[in-house]
Amino acid sequence: MITTNPFASVAEALSQSTMIMFVIAMVVLVVVGVLLDMRHKKSKEYFDKHTEAMSKLAKTPISSSEKSSLLVKTITNEVLTSSEFSNQKRRLSHLMTMYGFIVFVITSAIMIFTGAGGIWAVLWHLGALSLAIGGYWFWFGIRADVAAEGKKWYKLSFRSDVFILSLLGMSTFALLWSFTGSWLMFALFILATTVLAATTFWSKLGHMFFKPFAAYQKKVSFAEGAREKLPDVPDLSSAEVHEKYPDIPEYMGKNPPNMGPGIRREPARHY
Amino acid sequence: MPTFVYMTRCDGCGECVDICPSDIMHIDTVTRRAYNIEPNMCWECYSCVKACPHNAIDVRGYADFAPLGHSVRVRRDEEKGVIAWRIMFRNGKKDWELLAPITTKPWGTGIPNLKEAAEPDDSMRNSHLLYNEPKYIRLDDGGLHTLESNGLTMKEGVYY
Repeated sequence: MITTNPFASVAEALSQSTMIMFVIAMVVLVVVGVLLDMRHKKSKEYFDKHTEAMSKLAKTPISSSEKSSLLVKTITNEVLTSSEFSNQKRRLSHLMTMYGFIVFVITSAIMIFTGAGGIWAVLWHLGALSLAIGGYWFWFGIRADVAAEGKKWYKLSFRSDVFILSLLGMSTFALLWSFTGSWLMFALFILATTVLAATTFWSKLGHMFFKPFAAYQKKVSFAEGAREKLPDVPDLSSAEVHEKYPDIPEYMGKNPPNMGPGIRREPARHY
Repeated sequence: MPTFVYMTRCDGCGECVDICPSDIMHIDTVTRRAYNIEPNMCWECYSCVKACPHNAIDVRGYADFAPLGHSVRVRRDEEKGVIAWRIMFRNGKKDWELLAPITTKPWGTGIPNLKEAAEPDDSMRNSHLLYNEPKYIRLDDGGLHTLESNGLTMKEGVYY
């Protein structure tokens, strides 16, 4: 069953061109939503101003090839493996949701445009499943409302929940439609997908663009010596540090030992 | 000055919520990023600023050590056992960096072992004094406590 292209089952009632038009409409809705979101939040102005301020403070400007390598590092760390999450549960949930979504969207487009099944259909089901598992994990156990603020999982608010709920709706109804062949499930799947794309302006879909850019900007700022206006933590055993900060050798010795992981010893779970 | 959070840097991990002694750092349920729910109640202890793994929280310093528009940022490195500060004026010309040992005991060594402490009796339970209140801060028992009256001496330096 999971090797069958689910879109083939509705091909009699809906022509391929209609489905292609729907996919294109969803892409347009997302692009327009992201652009409106950027304009509303003045994201470009914010990042431009920050870049300008940091380049003024730069001590050792870096070359474009070094910037490219930092961009690659941002893509491999922050984008592909969500390394910014220090909480491993959140990181895993985010990875499952992100990769599930990407695989689901790409395979949906391939199956609609080419009519292919087989491996694409298997990947489509796995993508939806991964999206659903990561999403429900977040919904019931990880999100701040439930985990920290003591709210019940069924208390909803539009702005905070429309993104995750439409994602969950899309993946859940897609799987139910595929397994039951029900038109009701198909209609709910289409509805959830439309809500997801149409509410981009109010939801958090835009974070996939500004979060990686913020991480890249931070990396460049550190490489150039501006360090986001943060202080340097030098090697404590160097003679230069001993001369500049005499408190260090006096109280900690000339070669201070490792003092342990400190606050990172346990995850933040006491609230 | 109370703390504030840079929303683009925060990832909503909750370290600041965990450590805040006033319980005023919360995660916003809409944006799922940290924020100070009651700036008036902030002690300015900088705990959240130092605990944030993304350096997403800042505090504006007072005008007596830096004029308006400056930046005061801090990094706490527990493994090295130091705390570093950087104070920068608005025009960027004054740029100080400071580095000092963390003048506390190593993590985990200063936690009182309360389960081994003696259980309070009824008189202690009904007393206005706090359980296990250090005798050195009590004035109703032997007058003002001093190092000398308690046979203690001041040690020089910082002990780890």
